[in-house]
Amino acid sequence: MKPFLEVKNLTVSFPTEDGLVRASNDVSFTVARGETLAVVGESGSGKSVTSLAVMGLHSRRSANISGQAILHLPTGPMDTISATPEAVRKLRGKSMAMIFQDPMSALHPYYSIGDQIAEAWALYNKGSKADGIRRATEMLELVGIPEPGKRVREFPHQFSGGMRQRVMIAMALVNNPSLLIADEPTTALDVTVQSQILKLLKDMQKEFNMAVILITHDLGVVAEVADRVCVMYAGKIVEQAEINDIYYKPDHPYTIGLLNSIPRVDQLEGRRLQAIPGQPPSLISLPKGCAFRSRCSFSEQVPDNRCATEVPDLNEKLEGHFSRCHLTETQLTRARSLAGSK
Amino acid sequence: MLKYLARRLAATLMVITLVSMSVFLIFDVLPMDPARLTCGKGCSPAVIEANRHRLGLDVPVQVQYGRFVKGLFVDRQYGDGAAAFSCPAPAFGYSFNRHECVTTLIADALPVTFSLAIGAFFLWLLIGISLGVIAAKRQGKWQDKASTAFVLFGISLPTFISGILILLMALKFRLIDPIEMGRWVSPFESPIGWAKNFIFPWLTLALAFAATYTRFTRSNVLETSSEDYIRTARAKGLSEKVVLRKHILRAALAPILTIAGLDFAGLLGGAIITENIFNLPGLGRLSIRAVLNDYDLPVIVATTLLAATFVVVMNLLVDIAYAYIDPRVRVA
Ligand SMILES: Nc1ncnc2c1ncn2[C@@H]1O[C@H](COP(=O)(O)OP(=O)(O)OP(=O)(O)O)[C@@H](O)[C@H]1O
Ligand code: SF4
Ligand SMILES: [Mg+2]
Repeated sequence: MKPFLEVKNLTVSFPTEDGLVRASNDVSFTVARGETLAVVGESGSGKSVTSLAVMGLHSRRSANISGQAILHLPTGPMDTISATPEAVRKLRGKSMAMIFQDPMSALHPYYSIGDQIAEAWALYNKGSKADGIRRATEMLELVGIPEPGKRVREFPHQFSGGMRQRVMIAMALVNNPSLLIADEPTTALDVTVQSQILKLLKDMQKEFNMAVILITHDLGVVAEVADRVCVMYAGKIVEQAEINDIYYKPDHPYTIGLLNSIPRVDQLEGRRLQAIPGQPPSLISLPKGCAFRSRCSFSEQVPDNRCATEVPDLNEKLEGHFSRCHLTETQLTRARSLAGSK
Repeated sequence: MLKYLARRLAATLMVITLVSMSVFLIFDVLPMDPARLTCGKGCSPAVIEANRHRLGLDVPVQVQYGRFVKGLFVDRQYGDGAAAFSCPAPAFGYSFNRHECVTTLIADALPVTFSLAIGAFFLWLLIGISLGVIAAKRQGKWQDKASTAFVLFGISLPTFISGILILLMALKFRLIDPIEMGRWVSPFESPIGWAKNFIFPWLTLALAFAATYTRFTRSNVLETSSEDYIRTARAKGLSEKVVLRKHILRAALAPILTIAGLDFAGLLGGAIITENIFNLPGLGRLSIRAVLNDYDLPVIVATTLLAATFVVVMNLLVDIAYAYIDPRVRVA
């Protein structure tokens, strides 16, 4: 599949008083139209920072960005990192759109839902204000908001969290974007609403043939919708593979830890969930070796104390399956049996 | 919304009534005796009592209040017999010192104060908001630093000093004719003469307020800019210009409106210092003269009440405007 977005060695850092915060570190991935890439990692691992960089939404004053994020547009490739702000702005909404983490604060409190969607529509379509509102109503209907004709005139505070997230989706999709970045679209919502929203995203993807990047810290969410998964830890991608490989042949100890911390129907009932103990390292002073070492229960399996001295590379261990860990397959298998996990 | 309006209007009327009662009570318990002040040292008690009757102060305070309220609606009679005369409604009282109905005095002073306030208001909003927005957009750059300097200067300089400095400059460069200064020119007869008359008082008042508004606008714009919904606006593909005008300013300026309304109402009660420096016969001068020179109680009561009423009414107007701007308030 020819990728639509190609991110290469993307690095984002923020100069602060305490030092340089390396929030996104040499990140590379691709996503094609019709495909869903999940980006998974715990809070602070750099998921939002990475996607905001692709969208060109970091302020140039506060962020240092290097690398490339190439959109393969019908008119030719375009790198959103090196393009002028004005050129990137013209890609937003149409070539790439984004849904944000917190639906409660992502809509303007002073404008009606209809006005806000119509405003996005009017950027790429000719028509009257009334046409825009009509289009907004259609979108609300599409994303499953009851009584769209009435709701379109209402204001954000009159909507529940789940409904606001639907509004955000309607707004992001109104111009039929080629790429949709959904940044934890369901985190703020309760479980039943979560799965409704995910299903909606999946349906919309089919309808519009979008490339979708789904950001989440919940591997459980990923199973239903993703084709491929990137696992991020402390600003870096630590594992990247097809969804089934991630679930059944996880390679990186961090991924294994994440999988152990979600309930799974195919495993024994009543098995206790274990969160990964410990904290990720400070992004200002990353450790010399592997960033995950202080929390990794497998590091003794690696000879010569390499985990503490040598930063592991992201290696393609099997075809299409990348992992950033010093463990070899044999060491991993032995470690698994020792740890007594799957 | 109509119900809300009716409720607010009723509440406002009640507050004005309470305020007016308090004003009467306060001046009643103050130890000054206006009747005693009407004549000199060798005044006989009989004359004082006669004057007390003339002033209408020989009856209990609630009766005085009743007469005052009645006078607002029907013409009010003063004096007895051949010396009787009346002030037409709405009558705020009669000044025995100035030999004028208080309503006439206020009617002369109000246009002056209003002209002063309205011009200064627009000037300080224009300066304050523009500088504030520029400072926020150029955060940390020289524009920001220059505006911070302006803010410090404007806030730390008291009006009586800045006013006198401006007056001296204007006189030195012959921008004001000292003889004509303060003479009332109606804007309907000569808009230019009116503006010329007021430009330096406007500058004096605007300087102090603009500094506060610059600081306030700057911090509001910065705060709003970091809101999630501003990022959403950018993510849609809107240009920076639209993001600023439609999304940031709408939210950042709404709270400024509230404060501006109240500041304006406060000025309508009279800008004592500025009016005195520039010899403007406005409400501020009317009140201060009534207090300092001759303890002219009817004038003092009327101007105090008027100032309070402006604030209360403006408060209502600002709330209505806010409900119009912020839909969250509208429904509640
Ligand atoms: N403007 C900034 N200045 C300094 N540090 C920043 C800035 N933006 C983000 N960071 C830091 O970068 C790191 C990564 O943040 P990011 O928001 O990408 O995390 P995330 O993976 O999206 O987490 P979450 O699941 O909580 O949303 C965090 O440690 C955050 O504090
Ligand atoms: S490199 Fe070492 S410390 Fe890091 S994940 Fe692999 S085994 Fe654990
Ligand atoms: Mg995030």
